[in-house]
Amino acid sequence: MSRIKDFTLPDLGEGLTEGEILTWLVEVGDTIELNQPIVEVETAKAAVEIPAKWGGVIARIHVEAGTTVEVGATIVSIDTDPSAGPLPSGPVPSAESLAAVEVAPAEGAVEPGLIGGPAPGGRTAVLVGYGPRTVTAKRRPRAGSAPVASAPVAAAPVASAPVTQPPVAPVPAAPEPVRSGPVLAKPPVRKLAKDLGVDLATIVGTGPLGSITRDDLQAAVAAPAPVVAPAPVAAPSFDTSREQRLPIKGVRKLTAENMVASAFTAPHVTEFLTVDMTRSMKVLERLKGRPEFRDVRLSPLLLVAKAVLLAIKRHPMVNSTWSAATNEIVVKEYVNLGIAAATERGLIVPNIKDAGRLTLRELADALNALVQVAKSGKTPPSDMAGGTFSITNVGVFGVDTGTPILPPGEAAILAFGAVRPMPWVHKDKIKVRQVTTLGLSFDHRIVDGELGSKFLRDIGAFLTDPEGALLAWT
Amino acid sequence: MANGESEVGADPAGGFVQLLTPDGERVDSVTTAEGVTYSVSFTDEEYRGLYQDLVTVRRLDAEATALQRQGELGIWASLLGQEAAQVGSGRALRPQDMAFPTYREHGVLYTRGIDPIMPFGLFRGVDQGGWDANEFKFNPYTIVIGAQTLHATGYAMGITMDGKTGAGDGEAVIAYFGDGATSQGEVNEAFVWSGVFHAPIVFFCQNNQYAISEPLERQTRIPLYRRANGFGFPGVRIDGNDVLATYAVTRTALDNARQGQGPTLIEAYTYRMGAHTSSDDPTRYRIASEVESWKAKDPISRLKTFLVKQEIAGEEFFGQVDEDARTLALSLRERVLAMPDPQPVTMFDNVYPHGSPLLDAQRAEFSRYHASFEGSAH
Repeated sequence: MSRIKDFTLPDLGEGLTEGEILTWLVEVGDTIELNQPIVEVETAKAAVEIPAKWGGVIARIHVEAGTTVEVGATIVSIDTDPSAGPLPSGPVPSAESLAAVEVAPAEGAVEPGLIGGPAPGGRTAVLVGYGPRTVTAKRRPRAGSAPVASAPVAAAPVASAPVTQPPVAPVPAAPEPVRSGPVLAKPPVRKLAKDLGVDLATIVGTGPLGSITRDDLQAAVAAPAPVVAPAPVAAPSFDTSREQRLPIKGVRKLTAENMVASAFTAPHVTEFLTVDMTRSMKVLERLKGRPEFRDVRLSPLLLVAKAVLLAIKRHPMVNSTWSAATNEIVVKEYVNLGIAAATERGLIVPNIKDAGRLTLRELADALNALVQVAKSGKTPPSDMAGGTFSITNVGVFGVDTGTPILPPGEAAILAFGAVRPMPWVHKDKIKVRQVTTLGLSFDHRIVDGELGSKFLRDIGAFLTDPEGALLAWT
Repeated sequence: MANGESEVGADPAGGFVQLLTPDGERVDSVTTAEGVTYSVSFTDEEYRGLYQDLVTVRRLDAEATALQRQGELGIWASLLGQEAAQVGSGRALRPQDMAFPTYREHGVLYTRGIDPIMPFGLFRGVDQGGWDANEFKFNPYTIVIGAQTLHATGYAMGITMDGKTGAGDGEAVIAYFGDGATSQGEVNEAFVWSGVFHAPIVFFCQNNQYAISEPLERQTRIPLYRRANGFGFPGVRIDGNDVLATYAVTRTALDNARQGQGPTLIEAYTYRMGAHTSSDDPTRYRIASEVESWKAKDPISRLKTFLVKQEIAGEEFFGQVDEDARTLALSLRERVLAMPDPQPVTMFDNVYPHGSPLLDAQRAEFSRYHASFEGSAH
């Protein structure tokens, strides 16, 4: 063995195919011991520290923090015998170049779709356990002796590096093979074809035994669309070195997907209401003096949340989901109240489960706990799932209002703006009052202008006169 | 909480049998509400032996966890935090007693004198982790949650039918499982059969507070050991981080069983300090303060404190134990890395004790197929 050993990213949890390098705990040149933690990696299942497989000196770090790498990729090289003196000069053969030699697929390598072979979408088919290995089948059947069916199979590309190119739509070799017998396709592909309204008999399969793969189907669906060649982009005449390129991933990516999905599915309407919150602010002050609330942080958001919960009771339709799949509107009798929170990792919307059942004190505790956990970055996924109505407290940034986008699956969201001292007509005189602006976006498929307006008006009525609203509504 | 345990990391309401406190203080004896008195008397040599066991199984476990992170094991179920429950109960077994483990009983396996390498074939995916269950009186690891309690019950009923119980030198059976397994039908069936047939079995439940991510209050509304009452046999709760209490109670329960006095349920109240398996991330469902509070109850540090205070062992001994454990762990690492990949044809082995014509034919055909490829065996 060479004294420089390459460490490849292992499958850290039963069938994972990739992991994100979170932090390197060592630098090139560091001396490390066997089993010393050297890198933190986050997979779909857990963030874990990887201990060094060998003692020695870190010779090279192949992958920067923040990068997502496939299982099997070399991430670090360790000089396991640094006492032997400096390394011979000249380029050390990199892991990639060595791997490339081995990876070169033998003619008629493992059939696509079989375990160990390339699967549709550039993935590698595995059962459970040690990760997808693309170095497979260095042996090949002796000519004429292989008992396996040797139907002509398009040589599928064997991915040896992270796949960056979308799989190329297979071009059927002319003349088109004449199919006899039933169409071969796996049940999920059949289901997709049915959903897309595509007759599988019209598609040529490239999978094992000529079966139709998901890629075949998607290629067939995409094919009729006119292919527009991208217009040639003129070389930029300005300095691109001053551009920063951030990979789209993690919370940013999730937020983007959610917002795009919501903005282009649910027809949004936004209404605004400016309200005098002076009495609410006074109530809040009085609550702070009460023994029940002595040791808890109280903010105007608490009363806005309470107002929303009471208003939902009066207008349950705003607390619902448009379920296109089942052709139903699902009206919920519980409120999982989401609160948008800006964290270091990005925007998250954890929710308070069954918030309608909480007392004001419990609601205050839940709000504080939610914010604290979100700030610490420890919000568990379960807290972010199942929201039914959300509040975004943009007022904390000092702005008046906004037109929020609905979290997917929710029919309405309220933006709570800054509370400011403003001139306001109060009892026919201009007084300085504590004023805020509410912005309510709702899904017009479920909520019409009338319902949305009544709901927003009720929230405003509560904030204008909380004691009166409480007595009248509960 | 429903089962009366509210404080994070607090000792359970209703108490447990404890003979060594987290501060390393010895309790001479404990008498339970049922009037049973538990105590131990060990020689200095035996105390040191228990300490060595605890440190060794923890060190081997740490090596296995590292090997998994380095891609050398497919998965690993760590016993970190549960060493005392495993070593104490394992050492309480007499040579003729039969144990039925889950997949986490590496500590019990060690006390049975089995080469620690044995389970690694299973976790590395190169064999089924098979050792001779009859030779070592230790059944293969059972992955299916709770299934081994039925196997153990059947075995225990069998040795009764064979007339191997009813005397001081009789045989007994111990079945290991976790808190989550108590919600399985199999475990309850095993309780019913053992209770009704008075089987010579000890049900040893390591309550490590979580069934993967599901907390104890989702498994039960009463303390687990009290479940035994409903099935008609006694239940005892012990401090599972106390190797002495674990030994004393398990030894008594096994002796009762071998003398024909039927089953006992032991709930070893402990905590899984690590993940359920290497595929799990416990920080997603446990709070840090809870883990911290359990660190203060570490099974090894309390025994070490006791050994130091009583001047049973000194720094030289502790250093030697650590060094021996390290050497054993490194040799285990070398041996794991050297494990040969299995030949595909070996899948036909060990299906029937004396083979079968159909399998022999399949093996021959499969061998021919493999011979049709170029190159080396694999």
